[in-house]
Amino acid sequence: MNEWALLLAAAIASGTPVALAGLGLLLNERAGVLNLGAEGLMLMAAVTGFAVAFHTGSDVAAFAAGAAAGAAAAAVFGAMVIWLNTNQYATGLALSLFGAGFSAFVGVGLVGKKLADRSLHEVPVLGELPFVGPMLFQQHPMAYVALAMTAAIVWFLYRTRSGLVLRSIGESPESAHALGYRVRLIRLAAVVAGGALCGLAGAFLSVVYAPMWVEGLVAGRGWIALALTTFATWRPVRVLFGAYLFGGVTMLQFHLQGQGVQIASQLLAMLPYLSTILVLVLISRNANWLRVNMPASLGRAFHPGQ
Amino acid sequence: MTLRSKRTLIQVAALSLVSATLALSGCGKKEEAKPAAAPAAAKPEPIKAAWIYVGPVGDAGWSFAHDLGRKAVEAKFGDAVKTTFVEKVPEGADAERVIRDLAQQGNKIIFATSFGYMDAMLKVAGEFPDVKFEHATGYKDAPNMRIYDASFYQDTYMAGVIAAAMSKSNTLGFVGSFPIPEVLRNINAFTLGAQSVNPKIKTKVVWVNTWFDPPKESEAAQSLINQGADVLLQNTDSTAVLQTAEKNGKYAFGWDSDMSAFGPKAHLASAIVDWGPYYIKAMEDLKGGTWKTDRTVWGVKEGLNDLIKINDVVPEAAKKKVGEIKAGMKDGSFEVFTGPIVDNAGKERLAKDQKADQAWRDKIDFYVKGVEGKVPSGK
Amino acid sequence: MSLHLERRSQPSVVMTWASPFMALFLTTVLAGTLFALLGKDPMRGLSMFFVEPLANLRLIGEVLLKATPLVLCALGLAVCYRSNVWNIGAEGQFLLGAICASGAALWLAGLGLPGVTGGSAGTGPGAEAAIRGLYAPVVLLAGVLGGMAWAGLTAWLKDRYNANEILVSLMLVYVAQQLLNYLVFGPWKDPQGFNFPQTPSFDGTMLLPSLLGGTRLHAGSVLALLAVVGFAIFLFRSWQGFQLQVGGLAPAAARFAGFSERRALWAALLISGAMAGLAGAMEAAGPLQRLTPHVSTGYGFTAIIVAFVGRLHPAGILVGGLLLSMVLIGGELAQSRMGLPNALTGVFQGLLLFLLLACDTLVTHRVRWKPRSPSSSQVATAAESPS
Repeated sequence: MNEWALLLAAAIASGTPVALAGLGLLLNERAGVLNLGAEGLMLMAAVTGFAVAFHTGSDVAAFAAGAAAGAAAAAVFGAMVIWLNTNQYATGLALSLFGAGFSAFVGVGLVGKKLADRSLHEVPVLGELPFVGPMLFQQHPMAYVALAMTAAIVWFLYRTRSGLVLRSIGESPESAHALGYRVRLIRLAAVVAGGALCGLAGAFLSVVYAPMWVEGLVAGRGWIALALTTFATWRPVRVLFGAYLFGGVTMLQFHLQGQGVQIASQLLAMLPYLSTILVLVLISRNANWLRVNMPASLGRAFHPGQ
Repeated sequence: MTLRSKRTLIQVAALSLVSATLALSGCGKKEEAKPAAAPAAAKPEPIKAAWIYVGPVGDAGWSFAHDLGRKAVEAKFGDAVKTTFVEKVPEGADAERVIRDLAQQGNKIIFATSFGYMDAMLKVAGEFPDVKFEHATGYKDAPNMRIYDASFYQDTYMAGVIAAAMSKSNTLGFVGSFPIPEVLRNINAFTLGAQSVNPKIKTKVVWVNTWFDPPKESEAAQSLINQGADVLLQNTDSTAVLQTAEKNGKYAFGWDSDMSAFGPKAHLASAIVDWGPYYIKAMEDLKGGTWKTDRTVWGVKEGLNDLIKINDVVPEAAKKKVGEIKAGMKDGSFEVFTGPIVDNAGKERLAKDQKADQAWRDKIDFYVKGVEGKVPSGK
Repeated sequence: MSLHLERRSQPSVVMTWASPFMALFLTTVLAGTLFALLGKDPMRGLSMFFVEPLANLRLIGEVLLKATPLVLCALGLAVCYRSNVWNIGAEGQFLLGAICASGAALWLAGLGLPGVTGGSAGTGPGAEAAIRGLYAPVVLLAGVLGGMAWAGLTAWLKDRYNANEILVSLMLVYVAQQLLNYLVFGPWKDPQGFNFPQTPSFDGTMLLPSLLGGTRLHAGSVLALLAVVGFAIFLFRSWQGFQLQVGGLAPAAARFAGFSERRALWAALLISGAMAGLAGAMEAAGPLQRLTPHVSTGYGFTAIIVAFVGRLHPAGILVGGLLLSMVLIGGELAQSRMGLPNALTGVFQGLLLFLLLACDTLVTHRVRWKPRSPSSSQVATAAESPS
């Protein structure tokens, strides 16, 4: 029984960075901007966060630095696609490429460096509860941050005026502009905020989850996060769910391997991806319902009046 | 023609013009294939040697270890040698180009440090009979190409002895990258070493299907720990497994280099490789004209492999046993794979008291008894 | 007073010519500075990327060789993106193409067909197989079908279940990678290969015929050039191509005109899957001559970049593919000849791409100093009152 609790706990831990990045991308996409550069953002934030953690010993400073790095890089991306109207897909890919090279480049001196030791986290009292204790209350604080972020974004998007404005910009920037909203600035704000979240995810990977810096640390999690926003049909709670599902099946296939299941490990390794597709198919079957959720202006450039 | 496509066509033409201009200006200057000859003075021309690595030099693992070997060559020979390296060379079709370019640039000996470079190196070797080619962990050779390899399994056997002494759950864990022969050898040696102390030892294996993805290695390690393993070994390249063990209060080993700093309480020992002695020998062969094609497999005896930095918490009996085994390896009397060896499906693979030879070791495609699961090779 | 970017009524012809120059110029300035800061000779560093890869016939052959899969994949992707189908999974389709082509090559060799020598082809000095390339068309066809099938899976899931193609095609890339691993570690492993993950070498009759002695160029590159012409005709001169593009640019209009969205989805994905599969087959049957886990170095993803740099136009893709191939090879040369770190190549490529994209903006926009426009402030004050 305890093994299942541990498995679920590992699923949550594994899903946390992907969830954070996914939430950031969701903010971007709700404003109508598709950021294919998530991987590059996460890498730059990871190297920055690790450097700060190494030199200052403070995790909080590291997370802040990572978020700042992500926000800064996203701002450059945002300026290009929003003001220069460059192609969003290509610019995002350029960011991914640049981020990978840049982070590898500046991080050369950090490889093989070690951060201060950490102990396991546990919430007092609640952590002792059977099953639920190990599963939910022995997580790193960042897992709770992810949960809180999800709630905050749901509240922001659906319960505040600013969230409404953001969503309307994602649906029809022209109408929002006609109403006098400064579409481009708001979009930039969404891109920067999203970048900060991706940065947080990247810093979490290098400072807590791995914890180390080497080039390519993120190893495709940015792309998974991107895929998850479409999987989640752009709803925050589903991003969280998708991330946990993905992390969970990853840990499950490791578990199965360890149990000596007689299936080739490569086939087991396919499970997280196949299960994501399967769940997406199940969710997407109702076409009308799906169309209502995707921001209508996603990926298209916006030109304010001449 | 539409306006848009006309515009694009013009743009494309512009881009072509730029590239063509650059190319034409390039045709004028041909890069020198040989380095400029040293002025006719006392110093002889340095011998050029090159290495290609599959990963980044800073990965603190496999490629890092090879690069340390290269630096050892520089330290030993000083100005008599000039070394170059290219990192992150993909093991596919690109490798041939890189190796050929290095040969054309005047390198007299080239080391390819990963299996996947084999065919590429063989092809280039055919075109440059004056250059010596050395391939790590392969099996094809030529008059000017030879093979070298290490014996990590000796390290893992000794690690197994220590693991059995420290394990309370009698379950060991192994984080594997890819099920290539060397890794299977390592897993089997680890288990056999442990079983020589405690026959009840079981090993669980998890494959991450990558050489390098620290977060994933952490997850695999966590999964093994969750399933009851309390001593871990790996053959992936990062410190993630050790750090995860440290976090959970379990034990693990360092791999490829001394990783004791990354898990002071968890670190039991580090299974290392020191390529320096081999690379120095290869350079001396070249310089002395004694270079010949063969397959060199070195291990503990030649100082290539070792198990170092054994933690003080390891009981004296285990340390003593490891010392004896090491001495046996050094004088050649101890063979890790000595019969009887039975695989985990019950079939006998090596008869009682029979010692495995190189061919038997090369052909390992099974798990020994005590390792759980099936080798992921479709058999 | 502030700086504004104003949309032009007509794309500027001057900037169309000047923008790539500007981008390349800016890249050389920035990259040169970076090299200088690292203590390396900036001119030599730049020449590694732009000049050296074309220094002799062999290297030019390598540039063309590396550009071939990029161009093929990018052509297919261009059709997809023009049709508003966001296929991110060209890498997976590439791998399936390589897998199916390899399967065909191995299976055919086992059938004892005429011409098959039964030995390994051309990996050692002087080894020449009989009638090289005799069955290559079959092998390539298998690759095409493999890529089409994999892309077809994405199309089917989108058509039948509305599953978003970005996610499905991307997930299928990872599945394809594991499938490749499974095959080369398992059922297709070379029994003479000492248990290493690779298939046996393909028989000479299965390989692509060589094009130019002294290079590794193979017939596939000719096919790629033909494809460039073919796609240009398809996109700009054919009825189907027109339909696809309208469907991408103005979906409502396309629907009114009766162009089938379903047909467009399937056509776009099958075409790009076919091209990626062909590229994969060529890589396996061309330079690699067997199937290994390293048959792709991310061609499917790099092709996306090539497609956009080429502005989704076949001719642009050809040039973009060559440029990117040159820069990739240049990165290797910079390492081996100058000791420039590998990470720098990624920085250089990203920088080049950013600047190309940024300078492209000047084709459709002009820079203007303008006083704060009265109309926008009027709208702003009007917006205070409602809602």
